[in-house]
Amino acid sequence: MTEAVPKLRLRGLHKSFGPKVVLDGVDLDVMPGESVVVIGGSGTGKSVMLKCILGLMRPDSGSIQVDGEEVVGISARERERVNHKFGMLFQGAALFDSLPVWENVAFGLIQGSRMPRKQAREKAIEKLLAVGLKEDVADLSPSELSGGMQKRVGLARAIADEPEIIFFDEPTTGLDPIMADVINDLIVKCVKDLGATTLSITHDMASASKIADRVAMLWQGRLIWVGPASEVFTSGNEYVDQFVHGRAQGPITMQVRK
Amino acid sequence: MMINGILTFLSVIGRYFLSFLRHTGRLAEFTAISVFHVFRPPFYFRTLGRQMVEIGYFSLPVVGLTAIFSGMVLALQSHTGFARFSAEGAVATIVVLSMTRELGPVLAGLMVAGRVGASMAAEIGTMRVTEQIDALTTLSTNPFKYLVAPRLLAGTLMLPVLVLIADVIGVFGGYLIGTYKLGFNPANYIARTWEFLEPMDVISGLVKASVFGFLITLMGCYNGYQSRGGAQGVGQATRNAVVSASILILVFNYLITELFFSR
Ligand SMILES: Nc1ncnc2c1ncn2[C@@H]1O[C@H](COP(=O)(O)OP(=O)(O)OP(=O)(O)O)[C@@H](O)[C@H]1O
Ligand SMILES: [Mg+2]
Repeated sequence: MTEAVPKLRLRGLHKSFGPKVVLDGVDLDVMPGESVVVIGGSGTGKSVMLKCILGLMRPDSGSIQVDGEEVVGISARERERVNHKFGMLFQGAALFDSLPVWENVAFGLIQGSRMPRKQAREKAIEKLLAVGLKEDVADLSPSELSGGMQKRVGLARAIADEPEIIFFDEPTTGLDPIMADVINDLIVKCVKDLGATTLSITHDMASASKIADRVAMLWQGRLIWVGPASEVFTSGNEYVDQFVHGRAQGPITMQVRK
Repeated sequence: MMINGILTFLSVIGRYFLSFLRHTGRLAEFTAISVFHVFRPPFYFRTLGRQMVEIGYFSLPVVGLTAIFSGMVLALQSHTGFARFSAEGAVATIVVLSMTRELGPVLAGLMVAGRVGASMAAEIGTMRVTEQIDALTTLSTNPFKYLVAPRLLAGTLMLPVLVLIADVIGVFGGYLIGTYKLGFNPANYIARTWEFLEPMDVISGLVKASVFGFLITLMGCYNGYQSRGGAQGVGQATRNAVVSASILILVFNYLITELFFSR
């Protein structure tokens, strides 16, 4: 086991906002080709963890390694190179509303990989088809799409440049159960096709059990439980148990009420 | 009691001073990074072109209207004013000097600050709060290079063009009033316009315009970039962009005038 270098390795990640401690020593390894899902209550710092990895926030201390290379505190130029390996689906899709749909999808190809626009457009349409959208949405503005369609465009954008590591921040939140399942299937399919490593965040246990190889639970700034997806309902950990069964009674509520 | 009051007062001043320093530091850092990226490839010519059209072309109606009425009122006012000591002949000279040296750049600057500065702050602010700027970074695109640098460059290049047009329109406004209302001989009025005009008058106005263009777009981008917390944050950013750009325009207008003409 020791010879394989993890795709992503977090060690002792700390992040506070003023007196408020959000991450308090997060340790996590994600192996190549693996799909890890992080679950945890609202406001426990899941998005903050992703933002630290993506270099959008600077952790107070700790180490983040991508393919064995330390990325905390690297220069903006180095960051551009490292981010080339990443694809990200934002919680709110975060599509560029000044650009048409196809240019959103092709953005990384045109700006990052310097692909000619014509070729990038073809590739973008190919990706739009892959996420189940029709070719005629390509020239619409993102604001003309429904929420579920925006999520799919966000997904197409995240996978367009064929990244090695893809992050999904709550890919199914705010969607109806059918659309949520469609998105889950798309994620599983895209990841298989690309052979990518993924780190996802979700509150949605149906989604988690569908896309995860391993599940980690974030609570009070630490990952209190990490295990195979198959064991998440029988973990024996009372925090995890309460969360996955969505019970109001349990250790988590008591902590909140205090 | 007394000492306590003084201490509270001093601590309030201290807090304001510290926050002022913090803002100045942040702005200085923002400016340095942005200017660095103006000169560093890759360049986004598409965005630059779009911004140049937005700032230069679409501001023309507003700036043109402002200029023509300023030229007209200048002619009218200086005529009635100078008539009191029989110097009406100076109207043409007054109009052209005021337009090129002062009113052209300042009025165009203030109008563009309201139009362009506000929309830039709103656009970039919205991109910030909807995580579009974060998305740029994850797509290996530097937001300073992609969003800020083309806007700064477009503002710095296009404002002088706008002001040159405003100068011409303003002088034309003065000419209209001078010849149709105040009874000047057209050829005479035009000759008077050129008689005392020196290249430095126009050049100083264009330098001002360039600086104002930089300040307007800088304030728009900076305030947008720093905005936090939803629609309210974007609203604040927009307001701050317009107010700070307008004040900076007036301050720098004085400083540049001092630099050019105090010898
Ligand atoms: N820029 C920031 N400044 C100050 N506090 C922040 C900032 N970003 C996040 N926080 C705080 O960090 C905590 C964790 O936020 P985060 O967005 O990571 O939650 P989350 O686990 O993703 O929740 P959700 O599931 O609701 O998206 C929150 O309590 C939030 O108040
Ligand atoms: Mg979140």
